[in-house]
Amino acid sequence: MMRTVLQVNLLTIPSGNAYVNLHRGALKRFKRTRRGVVKTSHRTLGTALAVLATAALTSCGSGSQSAADGSVTLSFLVDNSQATLDTAKALADAFMRANPTIKIDTETRPGGSEGDNIVKTRLSTGDMSDVFWYNSGSLLQALNPAQTMVDLTGDPVMAGVQKDFLPVVTQGGKVYGVPAGTAMGGGILYNRKVYDKLGLQVPKTWAEFMANNDKVKAAGITPVISTFKDTWTSQLFVLGDYYNVQAAVPAFARDYTAGKVKFATTPAARAGFDHLAEVHAKGLLNEGFGTATADQGMKLLIEGKGAHYPMLSAQLPPLVATMPQAATDVGFFGVPGSDPARNGATIWEPAALYVPKTTENLDAAKKFLAFVASPAAADAVSKAVQPAGPYRIQGAKLPDDAIQVAKDLQAYIDKGASAPALEFVSPVKGPSLEQITVAVGSGLTAPAEGAAQYDKDVEKQAKQLGLAGW
Amino acid sequence: MVTEQRARPRAEPGADRRRRARATKRRSAYPYALYLPAALVYLVIFLVPTVMAFYFALTRWTLFDSTFVGLQNFRDFLSEQNLRIGFQNTIFYAVVTSGLKVVLGLLLGVLLTSKLRLRFFLRSVVFFPVLVSTVAVGFTFSALLRPDTGLVNKALAVVGVDGRDWLGDAATALLSVALVDVWKGVGLATVIYIAGIMSIPRDYYQAVSVDGGTAWHRFRHVTLPLSWPATYSVIILSFIGGLRSFDLIWTMTRGGPGFTSDTIASIIYKQYQAGFFGLSTAGNVLLFVVVTAIVLPLNHFLGKRQVAV
Amino acid sequence: MRALKRFGAEAVALVLATVIFLVPFSFMVLTAVKDEVQSLDLDFAWPANWPVVENFVRVVEARDYVLLRAYVNSTILTVASVALIVVFAAMAAFVLQRRPGRVARVADFLVLSGLIIPPAIVPTIWLLQALGLFKTMPGLVLIEVAFNLSFAMLLFKAFIAAVPRELDEAAMIDGCGGLRLFFQVVFPLLRPVTITVILTSAVAVFNDFVNPLYFLPGDDNATVQVTLYNFQSQYNTQWNLLFMDIVLITIPPLLMFVFFNRKIVAGMTAGAIKG
Repeated sequence: MMRTVLQVNLLTIPSGNAYVNLHRGALKRFKRTRRGVVKTSHRTLGTALAVLATAALTSCGSGSQSAADGSVTLSFLVDNSQATLDTAKALADAFMRANPTIKIDTETRPGGSEGDNIVKTRLSTGDMSDVFWYNSGSLLQALNPAQTMVDLTGDPVMAGVQKDFLPVVTQGGKVYGVPAGTAMGGGILYNRKVYDKLGLQVPKTWAEFMANNDKVKAAGITPVISTFKDTWTSQLFVLGDYYNVQAAVPAFARDYTAGKVKFATTPAARAGFDHLAEVHAKGLLNEGFGTATADQGMKLLIEGKGAHYPMLSAQLPPLVATMPQAATDVGFFGVPGSDPARNGATIWEPAALYVPKTTENLDAAKKFLAFVASPAAADAVSKAVQPAGPYRIQGAKLPDDAIQVAKDLQAYIDKGASAPALEFVSPVKGPSLEQITVAVGSGLTAPAEGAAQYDKDVEKQAKQLGLAGW
Repeated sequence: MVTEQRARPRAEPGADRRRRARATKRRSAYPYALYLPAALVYLVIFLVPTVMAFYFALTRWTLFDSTFVGLQNFRDFLSEQNLRIGFQNTIFYAVVTSGLKVVLGLLLGVLLTSKLRLRFFLRSVVFFPVLVSTVAVGFTFSALLRPDTGLVNKALAVVGVDGRDWLGDAATALLSVALVDVWKGVGLATVIYIAGIMSIPRDYYQAVSVDGGTAWHRFRHVTLPLSWPATYSVIILSFIGGLRSFDLIWTMTRGGPGFTSDTIASIIYKQYQAGFFGLSTAGNVLLFVVVTAIVLPLNHFLGKRQVAV
Repeated sequence: MRALKRFGAEAVALVLATVIFLVPFSFMVLTAVKDEVQSLDLDFAWPANWPVVENFVRVVEARDYVLLRAYVNSTILTVASVALIVVFAAMAAFVLQRRPGRVARVADFLVLSGLIIPPAIVPTIWLLQALGLFKTMPGLVLIEVAFNLSFAMLLFKAFIAAVPRELDEAAMIDGCGGLRLFFQVVFPLLRPVTITVILTSAVAVFNDFVNPLYFLPGDDNATVQVTLYNFQSQYNTQWNLLFMDIVLITIPPLLMFVFFNRKIVAGMTAGAIKG
């Protein structure tokens, strides 16, 4: 029966209904019918396949299989950024040393939205690796975890995870992942040597920040580095300002998700766009900011040619190897707001490891996750990669020789002056923010108009997500 | 071309018989079976998934679920904030790139089939950008066009011209990308033209030479009309390519600064990247309709000329 | 005087070609041999150090010599796909051009559609899964063939129009029709355009990175373009290694082109139709 349905769908134009059915149960049904269909289709494909068969091309599909000696190979999909690769390697190596019968095969994918699509495609076609590395927060919500991932709620695997972290890997009351790597700060990275030389203090308000910028400019140094060739870097003034937004409007995330408050009409939320426009209008940016890349921005900052760079702290660790002064000369402070008494930092939670429902090695995968959520794993990672912020694992500590930005960030957390970024507390995030912030930050769009454009962009996304209230 | 061939005297006896034989034999001479392999692969691997996808244009689609929403995606796509700019940019980009590729490709094709001693070397040089991946081309030219350290502005400074931030400036971003696209794609047009010029029977040139024709004469009355298959191919391929193009735009400007160099294809790509799969499919359906509406008449017009030459 | 003029023209062509085409190329090579810190500047500066061998070794060794496997995979993929594209497209274009009518009009439209419509990735994966071809090299070959057929057919069709029908008729009188007519009489005459199709589709398949990424994932199956991702990520890029990789994956096809250049021309001339 199933087989006929499938063939009809393959050879004729599917009607809507039949198609949706096929789509929903796609994975299981394909698995059951694959063999039968292959035979028929070989006949159908005729010449083409015959030619190919004679060409004797062999496929080398990777995947997980259990060998006779009880050893297991886990496939592990991670993104290709240096920090992730190094962290994943450290985790896998330490785990394999402790568990010689389990081998971990790391596979890479691009990051960014291309990577999001690869993860979605592989999950929805039932082709995901046994364990995979992916963002927590709003991006996780788009993966439909209830349908695609193993529920880890109450599982011993989660024992070592800090309670604060759980909300960002939870959907519908169920928990799906363990934290991998460290949290990071999103705010202003600054050159401490420049600050020492000019006798500047870390600013607690936006006004103080602008005053510092004037002094830096007078000294012939670029006050604010911007790198709009990598468009994502343009968002930090807006996204990193969220600590101040939630300090001023505590219910912002909830009302925003429900479509009740907007960026354009909430002064605290609009401030990020205003700041972006102000630093451009006052001529505080580096020359060629429109076509500079993130790497070039970091180099300007570390070499002291620029004083401030609105950026994520995780940008620093990979650079320590080639520019050792990055560890000590660069510090971090949260994007300053209007009230010096309520000064704090916005935090990006670490990514997490998840297990898809399609895995055939669930026990081994859970073993690996349990290890990742242990202090031993944190130590192994610290040896390979300088942490960019605190771990989210109980009992895991920053090493004593941690880089300056991580220490600065830890200080905010110890003071209780930190909040997760909006994308970790709301599934709503418009996809065009980075283009809008580039336009506002280059003076092409007025900040009020940019905020309004972003509200429209958000509305489109919320509708596509099918959220209530939009 | 065909008519010209026919026009030559061919008054052998048996011509009538031959024509009759052709009529009866036509079926077996050009059997539809020759379509079969191509049709099968195209149908199964391309057409079936495409039709499936078109259904999803009517749904809100997360890859995991789809909810039927009727024409909502089409309405949403048409109310996209930057669609107007995108449409204008798309047409501009397609016209500039395909126009320049035809003209430069023809000139290079003529030059590189001439007796130029360096033609082998130059052919490789012109073809080389085709081999380089788009990403590499994008990065290289982004660097060369940088306002401060870029070679282009440094060279302009030597002759006393003040360069600008080519890719960061809304006024020049799209044109700059279009010119880089021509740089990368002209090798392909040239190779097609070389094939076109090489396919022209030598006799025609000899005939013109006997008549004492000049080089211009040869070009105007032999090369240009008789390389029509190449011209037709280059126009259609590069025009469709231009209308659909987004990869170079994406690596060089990401549609920016802001949204000023967005094309319809890059708007669709951004929606796809954002995970709006139903919406982006609806965009693709609309783009398909628009491109077909432009290309079908063009193809018909150019195809007619082809027989008439 | 004439000789001088020609020499002048050649000199001008050479200088122009150098400036327009070789300057960007030299930028790539220069960046490929810089150290990591200097390569960040992405400018046209002379390398301060020359870690040529080091960069080369690091690129080749990266991710367990994935580049070498990628070469093998890309070569297999390109050769198999191009062979099928050329044969399938030439045959189909021949009937398409010679036998006008309703079928030809539909085929014409499908060819244009193939050029216009971007492929739908996820439904294609479902289909390949159903056929048991997902994540296999034959599957990826069929994908490349399907996606590049239109381009090849358009070229073939345009050039077949220039082959006189008298040839077909002559062959038919010798009792040669259908497949034999095509392969023995017409196809050899199409050599210039066939070579062009081989070149263009080889480049398209070799330079494709989206389809291998989705339809044949995994480090064992990487193709050369996918290796670029080893050095370039969302947050950081090792520019010197990225450009070394770019140079390494561009030079072999370029050498092939240079090597075959003369043969190509010889082939084209041999294929030219004697009026």
